[in-house]
Parts: sequence; C-alpha cells; structure tokens
Amino acid sequence: MEQKHTISVLVENHAGVLSRVAGLFSRRGFNIDSLAVGETRNPEISRITIVVNGDDYTVDQVSKQLNKLVDVIKIKILVDNEFVGRELLLLKVKASAKQRAEIIQLVDIFRANIVDVSKDTITVEISADQDKIKAITGLLEPFGILETVRTGLVAIQRGVECVE
Amino acid sequence: MKMNGAQAVVTILEKHGTDVIFGYPGTAISPFYDELLKSSIKHILVRYEQGAVHAASGYAKTTDKVGVCVATSGPGATNLITGIATAYMDSVPIVAITGQVLSSQLGKDVFQEADITGATAPFCKHNYLVKDVSKLPKIINEAFILASTGRPGPVLIDIPMDILKGEVDYVDEFIFNIPGYQYQFLLNNEKIIKACEAINKAKKPLIIAGGGIISSGSKEILHKISKEFSIPVTYTLMAKGCLDDTYDLNLGMLGSHGTIAANKAVSQCDVLLVAGGRVGDRSMSNSSGVYSKKTVIHIDIDPAEMGKNISVDIGLHGDAKEILNAIYGKLKIVKRDKWFEDKKPVEKLDSKFVISKGCVDPKDVLTCIASLSDSDAIYTTEVGQNQIWAANLIELLTSNKFVTSGGMGTMGYGLPASVGCKVGNQDKQVIAIEGDGSLQMSLQELGTIMQEGLDIKIVLFNNSSLGMVRELQTLKYDKRYSGVCLKSNPDFIKLFSSYGFAGSRLTNKENIEEQVKKMLSYKGTYLLECVVDEDNPTIYR
Ligand SMILES: Cc1ncc(C[n+]2csc(CCOP(=O)(O)OP(=O)(O)O)c2C)c(N)n1
Ligand SMILES: [Mg+2]
Repeated sequence: MEQKHTISVLVENHAGVLSRVAGLFSRRGFNIDSLAVGETRNPEISRITIVVNGDDYTVDQVSKQLNKLVDVIKIKILVDNEFVGRELLLLKVKASAKQRAEIIQLVDIFRANIVDVSKDTITVEISADQDKIKAITGLLEPFGILETVRTGLVAIQRGVECVE
Repeated sequence: MKMNGAQAVVTILEKHGTDVIFGYPGTAISPFYDELLKSSIKHILVRYEQGAVHAASGYAKTTDKVGVCVATSGPGATNLITGIATAYMDSVPIVAITGQVLSSQLGKDVFQEADITGATAPFCKHNYLVKDVSKLPKIINEAFILASTGRPGPVLIDIPMDILKGEVDYVDEFIFNIPGYQYQFLLNNEKIIKACEAINKAKKPLIIAGGGIISSGSKEILHKISKEFSIPVTYTLMAKGCLDDTYDLNLGMLGSHGTIAANKAVSQCDVLLVAGGRVGDRSMSNSSGVYSKKTVIHIDIDPAEMGKNISVDIGLHGDAKEILNAIYGKLKIVKRDKWFEDKKPVEKLDSKFVISKGCVDPKDVLTCIASLSDSDAIYTTEVGQNQIWAANLIELLTSNKFVTSGGMGTMGYGLPASVGCKVGNQDKQVIAIEGDGSLQMSLQELGTIMQEGLDIKIVLFNNSSLGMVRELQTLKYDKRYSGVCLKSNPDFIKLFSSYGFAGSRLTNKENIEEQVKKMLSYKGTYLLECVVDEDNPTIYR
C-alpha cells in the first residue's frame, strides 16, 4: 500500500553527499515528498529528513540502498505517531489596511507569527505539521496569497528515543 | 616524509601490491605519469580508456587483486564510464584514478573539464573529488579497502593537477574509519540454524550459485555441501566455473539462456538456497509465481539484494564462504528420492540447425577447444550469441576461469578483459571468445596486445552480423532485419597479420581439431576465425 514514510538519515557532512542521496532517489524511481538537511551538533555530521511515498517494499529498498552509500552513517524509519514533525511556512498575503485586523486574528488563532508588514502585504511564518499548514493556507487564500515558501519536514522521535 | 601528491598516490598503490596499471595519459594526469617512471609498477598503455577499465576488470577477476586504471581529465575520464558501469554491475574491485583540471578552475568549464564524480556516482561504489592534498593518502588507501571489501566494486578518485603536484607530509600509517561503512559482519546463528533446519527437512533442496561464490572463493565448500548432502546446484552466468560442468549434481546455468534441467529444478524445488547471487532478471524465467511456493534462503553480502528481486524467507547477510561453512557444519545427511532431471551433456545438445556449406558449428569448435585447452585456461567472452555459446557449450573445470560481462552485457568487454587476464596470468592460456560485432568495438586493443607481446588465443565467431539481435528480429519482428548486418567486415586474418598475429579461417568441420591444435600450440597471439551461419541459433537443447 502506498503511504508516506518519514526517514531520518545521518550522513557525513561532505561535499556531494546531498546529490548522492537525491540522485539515488531519482535513479531508483523513489518519489521524494520532501527533504530537509541541516547540521547536527557535530559539524561533521548532517541530518537529512526525507519523506517518501511508497509501499513497504519501496521503503525497505530506500533504506537499504541509502545504507549502501558510504557517506551514510545511520538510517531510521520513523514510526507514525511516534515522532513530532514540523514544516516551516512563510506566506505572503495581500493585506489592505481594512483586511489587516482580520488576518492578524487568523494568525493568532494558529499561533503563527507576522514577520513582515508592508502597505499592501503581510508575511506570516508558521511552524507546524502539514495539516495545519494546509489549513492556514486555505483560510488565507481568499485574501490573495502572493507567494508561499515551505521547508521540508523535520522530525524528531517522541520520548527518550534518539537517532543520533 | 614530504612528497608530492602524485608520489603519495604511487606509494600507496605499491603498498597495496599493485604491480600493473592500465591507463592512458593526458595533461591533467601528467604529474602522476612522471612519478610512475620512478616506480616498479608496470604501466600498460591501452588504446582507448574504456579498454583500461575492462583490462583492470579482467585482471581483478583472475588475480584476487584490485584492478587499477588511470585516465586524464575530460574525455579521458568520460571514456571510462562504460567500463566503470560494467564493473559495478558485476561487482569487480577496481580503483580508477582520473586527473582533473586545477582546483581553482573547477566548475568553470575550462579545457577538458568534466564532472566525472557526478557522472559516475550511479556506477561507483564510492567516488572522491580530492580538494585537499593532505587528505589524498587517506583517500587512496580508503579507495582500495572500499573496492575490495564487502560487495566489491569500482571506486573512482578524481585528482586535480595542483593536488597531484602539491606537497603532502606522508605518514605510512593508515587508520581506516568510515563510520557508515562496515564490511565485517557477525553471522546470525539463529538464522543459520533456521536455514539448515529448512534444508534438512527439504525433499527437494536446490542451490543457486551466483557470482559471489567465485568472488568469495567458495567453490570448494559449495562442492562439499552439494556432494555430501546430495543437493543439486544451478548457477548464474557470473558463477560459471563454480563447479566442474561435468559434475553430476551440476545442473548447468539457469535462466532464459540456461538448461532445461536447471530451470525445471528451480520451479520444482521446495527449498531454494541462493548463494551469492542477486538472481537478476536474466536468471529468473518466471519471477513472481515460481518463488512464492517455496522456502527461499538468500545468502548475500549486500543486504539490499535481499528481497529486491525475489521474496526471501530467510536472509543470511554476510560473506558467502563463512556462511556456507557454518551451514555445512549443521546439515544432516538425509535420504531423498531423486527429484531432478540430469542436465543433458554438452555432446548431446543440438541446435536442430543444418550448418550450411562453408560454415562451422560453434558447438564443434567450442567442445574441441574445451577438450584440448589447459585445465586452468582462462576464457573471456564478448556479448551476444558468442557469449551464450561459450557459457553453454564450454565444459569448465573449477580450475578454469570464465570472465564475462553479465550484469551490463557490454560488447567490447572481452578483448580488453583478456589483456588484463593475460597480464595477470602470464603462465596461463587465455582464450578470448569473440563476436564480429563485439570485436570491432574494442579492435584497437590489438595494438595493446602487440605492444605488450601478449599471447592471447582469439576465437572469433564471424557470422557477419549482430547475431543475437538479428535472432531477436527473426523471432519477434517477423524477420524484419534492421541494422544488424555486418556484411562489410574486414578480412580479419589480414587485419591481424598487420599486427603481426598469426591466424587461420575455419570453414569446414573436418579442419576443426587440426586448427584448434595449431592455435593452442602457437607461441603468440593467434586468430581462429570461425565462419558461422547468420541463422545459427543461440540455444542448443
Ligand atoms: C555496447 C553494446 N551495444 C549494444 C548491445 C546490444 N547487443 C547485444 S548482443 C549484440 C550483437 C553482438 O554481435 P556480435 O558481437 O557479432 O555477437 P553475435 O551475437 O553475432 O555472436 C548487440 C548489438 C550491447 N550488448 N552492448
Ligand atoms: Mg556476430
């Protein structure tokens, strides 16, 4: 059954690692939903969070093939509901003086932040799971969204379990 | 000790026992070639960089050493790609070294710059673009370990010219530490016990031997298991020579070009032990259905192969030799009724084709060569009908070696590979089985053979066509022949003679034995051109 899977990958922080990982996905026909990279506390190690769409066979192959990359140190397939996952959204919406209050109210309800205001626009920042991001985008749509930018999902296991 | 980068590379090659490298020079790699003059490492100048990788592959497959090849930046490097991909598919340990433009010029599309690490990433076990000369010794050392351990494969190191010239403080001590790379695996005893229980209970157990049997040196233990516990064996193309072909429990090659006995056994067995093979699509005649009704045990050094092509009940991850030894200790002698068919001996195989006048039957030639050649002769093949004829019609002993491009099916592999085989085994007979199409893809390597004074027996099946593709068009495209005719072949005997090689043409069954004897006793490279009917089929049943 096709389903979303979230995978945490620790890699050596070498040049070219990201292209190797991304290349492997396209080459083997795996569909990446999102990908987020950043350094860990150890600057020599980066952590990549990948969301991939596929059945159990695909995820098994993704993790085994990733494991074969010499730069890949560790892989963990996160179990649904046992991790906290967040994406960051920046959203620029049209906002005349008249509409501003209404937008600010929505932003407050979502516990989002306003990071930029101009004569005609408001830029909203929210870190949330995908559902919430969809919801706020949907509610702001009628005002006229000019642009959105999203990061890939980053995820961390609940409780004492760690990937590192 | 202070030295330049190139010197450090040469020093580490020597340290890893490299005595010969195959290569082609150019500006960017020149500092390395200059250092090479001071070393005892022999350089073999090929005629095309692809040939350097194939030669390194033939060398590696027949010497238990890592094959090393070298090329310059840009076109030199890109010419390696097919060779690297071929080695990758067949898990051959190769270190490929390429020169690169100055590090300060990288990414600027300067003369002869090519992103070779980017281009070869899909076909390399690992690759490096060296940007810091102080890391160069560690990288070269790592490359050898990566190439030769675990599932072997090609590793490429791209070295900018300034790095080759740069100074490094060389310390002759290496710690191999790649946190994400392991190559020694603990055996999983529980799973081994489970596997042995399944085999002991089986009424119809079968072993499929893959290329891993050859590369892990498991021929002997495979034979012991098969013989003592009466388990028949079939093999993939990459494992030809894993058992004597005349051994009674050897059912021959499996798959679309394999024996009837092997394919029947695969579909009828109840426990299937796949040892050191990925069971590629050419090996399974029926992928999904056949394997679901039996217990499949899979031994592989590469966990990614488990469950990739066939579903596996018990996966045994690790070195095939170690695991087979562990299994051997736990198997029981069980009385079983004979459940499999014997393989038809080669002399009884028939293509049901009437050989035209002026042509010979590949079977007659190959059986004659097999019976008259040395018991430790090394065979190389090209791709096409010639490859399948060689695989099916030459009866090998375990002391023989069979060198072929399996996973990639690369035409033009066999001739340069034979160069590597001969260079690594000067005292052995090397017999290159050729097709007229394939030979012409690497024809230039005749120059290498000449320059090195090598003695290679070249058996050319000249059917004036790309026979295997032609046959496909006969069977599947209603004889609409498109782009498969090689009617304007050169006179190969004359061509070879211009390189100083002897040769003769076989057009008649009566002359086969005499000509084969002549070839085998001749000192030096010899071409035996066998004229074959373009309609001669691939399969003999
Ligand atoms: C580099 C490459 N190009 C194309 C093919 C496709 N191909 C497979 S077999 C074959 C014909 C080989 O002709 P020849 O070497 O004369 O062998 P024959 O089948 O006639 O024995 C071709 C073109 C290939 N395997 N490799
Ligand atoms: Mg041909």
